[in-house]
Amino acid sequence: MSGSVIVVTSGKGGVGKTTATASIGAALATMGPSVALIDADIGLRNLDLVLGLEGRIFHNLVDVVDGVVDAHKALIRHKDIKNLSLLPAAQSRDKTAVTPEKMRAVADELKSTFDFVIIDCPAGIEQGFKNAVAGAEKAIVVTTPEMSAVRDADRIIGMLEHEGIAEPWLIINRIRFDMVKKHDMLDVNDVLEHLKIELLGVIPDDEAIIVATNKGVPVVMDEKSKAGRAFRDVAARIMGEDVPMAAAAEEEDWFTRIIRWFARARG
Amino acid sequence: MDFLQRLFGRLEGPSSRDTAKNRLRLVLVQDRATLSPGLMEQLKTDLIEVITKYLDIDESNMRVEFDNSDASVAIVASIPVREVKRSSGAGAR
Repeated sequence: MSGSVIVVTSGKGGVGKTTATASIGAALATMGPSVALIDADIGLRNLDLVLGLEGRIFHNLVDVVDGVVDAHKALIRHKDIKNLSLLPAAQSRDKTAVTPEKMRAVADELKSTFDFVIIDCPAGIEQGFKNAVAGAEKAIVVTTPEMSAVRDADRIIGMLEHEGIAEPWLIINRIRFDMVKKHDMLDVNDVLEHLKIELLGVIPDDEAIIVATNKGVPVVMDEKSKAGRAFRDVAARIMGEDVPMAAAAEEEDWFTRIIRWFARARG
Repeated sequence: MDFLQRLFGRLEGPSSRDTAKNRLRLVLVQDRATLSPGLMEQLKTDLIEVITKYLDIDESNMRVEFDNSDASVAIVASIPVREVKRSSGAGAR
């Protein structure tokens, strides 16, 4: 058996890479497949917090790379989601502690027993990025509907191609449909027009994300959260299911619906 | 108010979304107008190979650059010519 290795990246910091990694990993694991998450943001460890696993860390990615401990032994199993494991980043080291070759070896070892290995890439385009993408076959680029995030995503898509990872998936995070309607935010199509890669998901801006992170419970466990649902849809699409992008239509107000109804009646 | 605005069009000029779209388009055209150093060298080598069939050029002072002034991108090559060859073909330099 050999699983697939997916890197979650963005270029720009603060667009929701870590939250996306945790959410997609948790959603996939609850659907059945086994999932190992790797936090490649060495020195700025955070994936453990989002997953609520910060109190359980004994070993980390650098220990594995240094040969102190075997990759499988360093993994922390999630307390509630049994198919989900985390290989945390080292907090007291820096990016030079890992090389692309060693990262590839860790990813290869984990994919021998897990269906999915998902790597949380650090922000930036330097060595941390090169390490994180080294073992990946597929990439998810996370952006928000902001100019700076889209610009950085465009750079990252070019760099992924250079690293041999073609056709990355796109997640547009933290979209506010109320602002899009008022023409004060880039729409999904505006972003796609520029980035021209396959859309994997659209995640609405949702306070539930902050609450979930406060609690250390992945937002996909919250049945009522719109962002949680959107991330579950993303996981289903990764599994090959054909799930329509539903988020935008739901947010339409009564006026837009009436206009739409007239347009349809006329056409 | 929101729907009245949409009904009668926007009175206060382009929306911030449209402004963002246009600015983004320009900046991405500029950002993308680069070649990796390796590809740039390859381009120069290929240019030299073609041009020396017809002209005797000063390779050491050749410049190939992207020019992204205004809203467009051009590739500009400046290649000093030493001598125009009388007949084309892979003749001696």
